[in-house]
Amino acid sequence: MLPRATLIVERLVAGYEPGNNIVDAVSMTVSAGQIVAVLGPNGAGKSTLAKAIAGLVPVESGRVLLAGTDITRRAPHALVRAGLAFVPQTENVFATLTVDDNLQLAVAILARGSRAPRLAEAYALFPDLRPQRHQLAGALSGGQRQMLALARALISSPTMLVLDEPSAGLAPKMVTQVIAKLREIRSSGVGVLLIEQNVRAALAVADRVYVLAEGRNRLDGDAGSLAADPTLATLYLGSATAAAQRAIAP
Amino acid sequence: MTLQFIADGVVAGSVIALGAIGVTLTYSILRFANFAHGELVSAGGYLTLLLAAAIGSGVAGSMVTLEPLSVGWNVLAAGAIAMVLTGALALLLDALLFRRLREQGAAITVVMASFGASMGLRALLEVLFTSKPAYLSRDLAIAEPIGFGMRATADQLLLVAVTAALAVTLHVVLNRTMLGRAMRAVSENPALARVIGIDVTAVVRATWFIGGALACAAGVMLGIVVQVRPHMGFELLLPLFCAAILGGIGSVPGALLGGLIVGIAESAAVVWLGAEWRAAVSFAVLISLLLIRPQGLFGRAP
Repeated sequence: MLPRATLIVERLVAGYEPGNNIVDAVSMTVSAGQIVAVLGPNGAGKSTLAKAIAGLVPVESGRVLLAGTDITRRAPHALVRAGLAFVPQTENVFATLTVDDNLQLAVAILARGSRAPRLAEAYALFPDLRPQRHQLAGALSGGQRQMLALARALISSPTMLVLDEPSAGLAPKMVTQVIAKLREIRSSGVGVLLIEQNVRAALAVADRVYVLAEGRNRLDGDAGSLAADPTLATLYLGSATAAAQRAIAP
Repeated sequence: MTLQFIADGVVAGSVIALGAIGVTLTYSILRFANFAHGELVSAGGYLTLLLAAAIGSGVAGSMVTLEPLSVGWNVLAAGAIAMVLTGALALLLDALLFRRLREQGAAITVVMASFGASMGLRALLEVLFTSKPAYLSRDLAIAEPIGFGMRATADQLLLVAVTAALAVTLHVVLNRTMLGRAMRAVSENPALARVIGIDVTAVVRATWFIGGALACAAGVMLGIVVQVRPHMGFELLLPLFCAAILGGIGSVPGALLGGLIVGIAESAAVVWLGAEWRAAVSFAVLISLLLIRPQGLFGRAP
């Protein structure tokens, strides 16, 4: 059994430049074995939030706690060792390296003895990658790349996974496969913070949903109750579209 | 027609290749053109000179010439130690100068600083050792026939063999070891490298060390077959960049092949056009190749 950990984000303020904060006092909690989706319109600060948690965007104030430890402002390479794995939205694999080299690099942070077994486990969890392991990652399809990125993130045995739009640019069939994989990951006890544009996919898989707008917490609740909330449509589609929807609603 | 220019070109090209590999590595990992790389070549030559004298006076018999080479084992041992020291010098240069500027984020500042470092180090070598040439070997080296009407000295053959051995070793390190994978990963995407837990600082240090050590190897070889001078590295700088760009910046096999092409082109120019055309010819080769293949021989298409 993997150790279980809760991720707590407390009033996080972050942005690329000082004085221009894109994430404005966002708070959320992700428990072990839970998928928490973060939704919101373009520019809501979802990606910046993920990057701030992952140590890639400067944090001005607020805290990020993992299993009770303050991990705010830790360097990205230290965060992996603390159990937080981040999968960026784009360029999330090394295209000029083979599939196997991508995974080998990710096991490098583990003790020597546990590298080979973890690698074998990763290939068992993602069997489609095995026949491709000597291919350059750049030659993989979009869906396979996303699987490789997930495999690479999981190989270090994280307790918490932060995914920035894993469905972006994927064909619907591949989105379904990624979602199925996220369910598997959840059942192993890992917590998942899922940043998504694809509302339908996110609501289908998430246990809990936070909706951001203009860098702030706007709505949250369990996925079932939020799916029925008209505010979500208003926020997400923009007020004009929502008004139009109301106008044509029977 | 004599093929001697090929033998001469391969010898010159080997020295250029050793330097070009360092330039290409520094460029691909740190994203800047290090114009002080030539001075690492010179520093390597002088460190070897000092160490060889020290070993020669300390260890009896170490200066006896190893036939058919023109140097004793004191010079070879000194060269090996100097490679480590030049690697350390490159690390020191990074710690004192380049790292601070890199953290401020302006790439052009770092390039300009490397010009400054180049001038400073060159001046320092001139102050310490004067601008008069020094020699690692005063023995007369005799060129023996090596086939196809070409001749080479044993020293020159050693130089080519050492270059080949270092290039193969580096190739294995880059492709088969965790450090090599990490170096290639940082070169492609430094942000992702940090995210997956690679210690980028350690990779940067390894890059400097390897580049410095190879530059030193070039300096030692040049010192054995020609002479050691404060300007020896600076005069190599243009061919060295020419080779790195020709091969495709960032590519180690490219730097090696680029070095050989530049070396052979230069020695062919000396035979057919005259020595004054030497530098021009390697640039003519570079420009014509870039017109056909802008990314260089082994470079990635943008």
